[in-house]
Amino acid sequence: MNPTVDSLRRAFGDKVGRVIVSCDQTIVYVDRESIAEVLRWLKEAPDENYDYLVDVTAVEYRDPERPIEVVYQLRAMARRAELRIKAELPKDQPLTVESVVPVWRSADWLEREVYDMFGITFTGHPDLRRLLMWETYAEGYPLRKDFPLRGRFSRSEQVRQALAANPEAHYSLDELSIAQAQYDLPEEMRERLERGDRGRIPEPKEERHG
Amino acid sequence: MGLDTVARSSTPAPAEGRAIVGQISPNWVTTRLDFLVNWARSNSLWPMPFGTACCAIEFMATAASRYDLSRFGMERMGYTPRQADVLICAGRLPFKLAPVIRRIYDQMPQPKWVISMGACASSGGIFDTYAMVQGIDTVVPVDVYVPGCPPRPEGLLYGILLLHKKVRGETMADPALRQERALTPGDLRIPARLIDELSEPFGNSIHQTRSA
Repeated sequence: MNPTVDSLRRAFGDKVGRVIVSCDQTIVYVDRESIAEVLRWLKEAPDENYDYLVDVTAVEYRDPERPIEVVYQLRAMARRAELRIKAELPKDQPLTVESVVPVWRSADWLEREVYDMFGITFTGHPDLRRLLMWETYAEGYPLRKDFPLRGRFSRSEQVRQALAANPEAHYSLDELSIAQAQYDLPEEMRERLERGDRGRIPEPKEERHG
Repeated sequence: MGLDTVARSSTPAPAEGRAIVGQISPNWVTTRLDFLVNWARSNSLWPMPFGTACCAIEFMATAASRYDLSRFGMERMGYTPRQADVLICAGRLPFKLAPVIRRIYDQMPQPKWVISMGACASSGGIFDTYAMVQGIDTVVPVDVYVPGCPPRPEGLLYGILLLHKKVRGETMADPALRQERALTPGDLRIPARLIDELSEPFGNSIHQTRSA
């Protein structure tokens, strides 16, 4: 058991939930509302000093009752200590959690990937866009358990939508101002990008047949 | 702009030109000219390598000294599509790259050919998923398919020699040969029904259900 757990309990009390030790890894469940606060404390408290965010990912279990978990893997480089923090997001509530980009810059793309694959919104993220799929991708979130392996649309519709996508539109607004490609984006998306609002991806309209 | 107007006024439209060539029956002059042109073309095919995965490693092995693509006049890899003859798609093609390979194909000048190298480029291979194009022939026309996962250099060389054979069989009297159609956004190269049919699961992936 990682000794950090005791100091976490002293500092945050009942915001720290159950603790599991698995394969020499200490897994701490933390209240979803205070996740960013706890993670900032873990980085900045002098005795803890978890200065390296190894990964941010998410898990959805087959059991539909079980909440989706957001997983933060931390490492203290000087002490060579590792700690895994998890936050549980029940499926009947909006899947939102506070972003940790202000704490670790490396969380930027990691959180974008989780947003892309699971549809979890990170509030306070500076540039929450899809990372792997393109921005107009309309079939949903591929790593969710209700997502069919071959996608929701028919293959011809997938080819049509892929060919209609503009490769330049994968860049951020800063990069677009160089490429001048923002003028090729749909009006609604351009206006949204200029506002700084990434919004939500439209829900899939056409279901795959058969 | 000036060049444009001159070209439009002085030369017949391409369709007309093809019709005139098409009227010339394959006689001694055209066949000898065909032979010369095809001999030159087939022995200096400049590849445009589109390497996305492990097939590109085998492609590099093919180009390296042991198998030596320069024996076939192909040592000049053009990483610009505007100076290339053969697009070699070596590796799987995700949907995100589909508009990229289409644009590269559109930028290549005629005459141009496409080799689909490996199982993934030809059929989607093991990647029967939401993210993968099920065969690049749903996006660009393909001349030679090279099977294998990845194909050995001998396999790719055999495909290139098949392409040589195809090039040597071409004739300028064939009006259907160098036709191409630019795709507008939302347009497909082949009918949608055909894409669905080509993308049907086969082999091991028939054991995957639609929902799992």
